[in-house]
Amino acid sequence: MSVGSASLGQAVRPDGVLNADVLRADARRQALGLLALLSPGLFLVFAVIVVPIGWLFWLSLFDETGQLSPANYARFFEQASYIKTFATTFKVAFVVTGACVLFGYPLAYMLSQLPRRAASICLIFVILPFWTSVLVRTYAWLVILQRKGLINNWLIDLGVIGQPLPLANNFAGVVIGMTHIMLPFLVLPLYASMKTIDQDCLRAGMNLGASPAATFRQIFFPLSLPGLASGVVIVFVLCLGFFVTPALMGGGKVIMWAMRMEQATSLYSNWGAGAALGVVLLAVTLALLGLFQRLLGARATGVWSRR
Amino acid sequence: MLLSLAPSALPIGINGIEKRFGAVSILSDLSLDVAAGEFLTLLGPSGSGKTTLLMILAGFVRANAGSIKVGGEEIITMPPHRRNIGMVFQNYALFPHMNVFHNVAFPLKQRRASAADTRERVEKALDLVRLQGLGERRVDQLSGGQRQRVALARAIVFEPRIVLMDEPLSALDKGLREHMQIELRNLHRRLGMTTVYVTHDQREAITMSDRIAVMNAGRIEQIDQPEALYARPKTKFVAGFIGESNFIPVECRNGSVWYEDHKLRMNAPAPSAGRYLMVARPEKLRLLADTDQAGLNVLPATVGDVIYQGDSFICYATLRDGRQVTLRDYCRSDVLAKLPAPGEPITLGIDAQDVVLVADQ
Repeated sequence: MSVGSASLGQAVRPDGVLNADVLRADARRQALGLLALLSPGLFLVFAVIVVPIGWLFWLSLFDETGQLSPANYARFFEQASYIKTFATTFKVAFVVTGACVLFGYPLAYMLSQLPRRAASICLIFVILPFWTSVLVRTYAWLVILQRKGLINNWLIDLGVIGQPLPLANNFAGVVIGMTHIMLPFLVLPLYASMKTIDQDCLRAGMNLGASPAATFRQIFFPLSLPGLASGVVIVFVLCLGFFVTPALMGGGKVIMWAMRMEQATSLYSNWGAGAALGVVLLAVTLALLGLFQRLLGARATGVWSRR
Repeated sequence: MLLSLAPSALPIGINGIEKRFGAVSILSDLSLDVAAGEFLTLLGPSGSGKTTLLMILAGFVRANAGSIKVGGEEIITMPPHRRNIGMVFQNYALFPHMNVFHNVAFPLKQRRASAADTRERVEKALDLVRLQGLGERRVDQLSGGQRQRVALARAIVFEPRIVLMDEPLSALDKGLREHMQIELRNLHRRLGMTTVYVTHDQREAITMSDRIAVMNAGRIEQIDQPEALYARPKTKFVAGFIGESNFIPVECRNGSVWYEDHKLRMNAPAPSAGRYLMVARPEKLRLLADTDQAGLNVLPATVGDVIYQGDSFICYATLRDGRQVTLRDYCRSDVLAKLPAPGEPITLGIDAQDVVLVADQ
């Protein structure tokens, strides 16, 4: 923004010298003006982020009788089931993220190498599940994977197996369902970062004597790591707070963090306990993000700061 | 000590290369021989096929037909990583996740060179492009000129049989570009590697090349040494693309060449009868006083505008047939004293040895 023209007249003394304090006052006015322009945004951030989270934290400090107490947090250390839930949540998140990388990396690589038209058609198939309700997709998986579902019936009819495989209502079912739902969150950022890799760098690699496989390993893969990292972070964090799929596909055997919250609030009407679970999940997520930032941010600066 | 490139420089024989993308023909029956150790430039406007030819040489684009022999060995079906050809890319294509040292060491690593050997060669190559001591720098900490040098060091460090360069200087600003032209030429003279250089900048091509192949619409219009190409263009395209040219229509009949009713003196023998264009370079045209017309071809004209440019001036004049021509001369004081005014009738002269005719397409 330029200097306010109204004050320019006063800014010049009769002898023509610029008056420093008039200019300083003008700069202050400008800063206040910018702050005023910023205020709707700041208000929104305050109203939808700071207030609810503050309230959540406040709620978590009271026990069922409405007394201020650390009971909600003490429960995490006292009850083994809480610790087990915590471990299960991380286990699911790790396995699902791993499965997403396993399936998503080759998929994103294929998409990035396809000609533009073919790539956009294939991308639609990646994004399509996004437009379908998570609930519908999860029930669909249940139909496919259950004891008398499509897969087990086929395999038994074909004589491959004698007894139905335990694919649903257990850990495997949760992982399969969640991997399907999480895959686009990994593929999309990864695909975007792969598209920015300079084709000439790959050509240079081959020109300088690296076989196609060596070029992939030494050039393409390292350059795709920032995209992979952001996809992994998104998927992992989303997994930590996921509810629908584990609740339906876990058959009550896989209890995740979000399901605990649901129990605490709707089954036991213990808002303080639910709020404490939320606060802990948020804190753990933030800590993880910070850790990722430190680990990857420092190691891969050269790549991240690429124009 | 230098990298010992000179003994391994090999000739390239390009024969009958065809390239089509769908129905569009990019290169048609293109043949070209590059001598061992030669600096050959492919010069042409965008879309003339010069970069496609370079990509076929490097192995990134498959030709539809033709042969490429390097030192007698056919390489047309060889994958790029076995060709042992160094290439400098237009945008340098440095690996952003490696520092300068590892970029330059990359081709040596692929060839399983020992650590000591790698270090020695990388240092030599960085020395050669005057980047000594910058091995630990990250690529994004380098200036454009430095990146250019790293790309060059990387392309020569493994002593390739051939070096290809795809408009390597086009991203640099003018001063640096001119400086790098000289440096590249000197480097080529020291190392003697067979070099194929692609550019659309005719001045760059003239400055650096042993020979220039002027390309247009997928074929080579003319291949010659820079001086010959400038002085004796064979087609209108070459005359127009290399340097500035005035094209003046002339006619050949009865074994001599006529501009309107003036019989032209020329050193070259007159061509077969027909219509031609005389190529008159702006600096070959002279402003004549009535007294010194002896031995010159004269063209009467009227001054349109005179533009002073410090070291030189440009005079736009109109010939009697209404055709505009451009004349350029240096601002020597004797010339400046006699500068014509707009609207003034003048006589332009061109020496018999400077008369070049091309077919009127």
